[in-house]
Amino acid sequence: MNMSLVAARSASVLSAAVLVLFLALPASGHVTPERAEPAVGATLHGPPKRVRIWFDAPLDGSSELKVVSADGERVDRGDVRVDSADPRVLEVSLEDLSPGVYRVIWIAVSRDGHRTKGDYTFTVRKGRRP
Amino acid sequence: MKKRVAASVCMTGGALLIALLVTVPALAHGVVGKRFFPSALATEDPFVSDELSLLAGTRKEEGEGVEGTVVSTEFSVEYSKRITPSLALSVATAYRFVDAGGGGTADGWDNLEVGFKYQFLASASHETVVSVGLETSIGNTGDRSVGAEEFTVLSPAFFLGKGFGDLPASFRFLRPLALTSALELEIPTRGGGGAAHSGGEGTEHEGEERHPLVAAYGFTVQYSLSYLQSFVRDLGLVRPLNRMILLVEFPLETALNRGSAGDTAGSVNPGVVWVGRRLQLGVELEVPLVGRRTGDVGVLVLVHFLIDDIFPRSLGRPLIR
Repeated sequence: MNMSLVAARSASVLSAAVLVLFLALPASGHVTPERAEPAVGATLHGPPKRVRIWFDAPLDGSSELKVVSADGERVDRGDVRVDSADPRVLEVSLEDLSPGVYRVIWIAVSRDGHRTKGDYTFTVRKGRRP
Repeated sequence: MKKRVAASVCMTGGALLIALLVTVPALAHGVVGKRFFPSALATEDPFVSDELSLLAGTRKEEGEGVEGTVVSTEFSVEYSKRITPSLALSVATAYRFVDAGGGGTADGWDNLEVGFKYQFLASASHETVVSVGLETSIGNTGDRSVGAEEFTVLSPAFFLGKGFGDLPASFRFLRPLALTSALELEIPTRGGGGAAHSGGEGTEHEGEERHPLVAAYGFTVQYSLSYLQSFVRDLGLVRPLNRMILLVEFPLETALNRGSAGDTAGSVNPGVVWVGRRLQLGVELEVPLVGRRTGDVGVLVLVHFLIDDIFPRSLGRPLIR
């Protein structure tokens, strides 16, 4: 049999085996956000009551979440928690927000200790409360 | 030649010792601040990590010393291991198939490559990472029939990555942009002389070989849809788009002396990378830009395992913490 063909097939089989092996391992590593409420960059006609962020893997209870105003003043109630029903969700409730731009700042800690951090903004305009 | 190799080994050892003693804060795999720098396919990335890369590529080019087109297909593997949070060693090799048409075929291993990379600067607020490194292609460890050289090539290198997440809000849709660059000086330990061989069974061409110094430089322009979704504006992108990074690479090299000064070859490689929790997948076209025939478009495919995420408590941790 042609040696090049043998080598190519062997490489393909080995690569496929390695890929299956790694994909079969339990999930671990850094978590990343999938969606949020309020959504990233959203403009709301009325203040939200809470911020919720869905991540792609379960979170550790040491994860952090806070919301600050444009002046840097904290506007959440400090009751950050991982949703007991869905450990991928991190949430915090909010004080009554005036119209303005707010920044959500989070640190997500995965179950194996990896830390990921990020932030995003949303805007509140005058309107009916949701 | 022996003195040059010995001097290089001493410099490498000294640099490694210094790097072991001085560390910067550890980064997650390719993450600085909110920015994730993916492993590109043709340009070395600027961060240190525990990773395993499998890269396959095929290209057509005009044969040197043989008539017609030479088709090369290569499967390469590279493993990188962090010694400290800022210092990594790597080893790489490749298996190459060369089809020179009328000039015959050949297949075999390329020379073994070992290297180190030291990450000495990382700024989360400016999404910047800077590294230096040294790679050694060890001569006579591969098959001459596929172009592996008899002599060693030393390549000191400089790497830079910069994300644009620090742009003002009025430019927020440019924040997902990032640039990376790599600059290497390839120093052959043999300047010239000896018989030349070209790929293909039964084909030999004798003549003086010249091995110039080569400046290899490349950069990537990246736009992260993941960054856009997570930190700028949720546009409702669904899987797998929300984990993709669009990129264009420009790998180039220019000979600097020995009768080839100014000879430049390079390509423009548009492609896309998908980043999962354990691995990264990438595909690019390799479109000749200079020094090759424009119609000879190649393809690169990457499977990249994030070892520090797959084995965070064992194989994926630095040896010295």
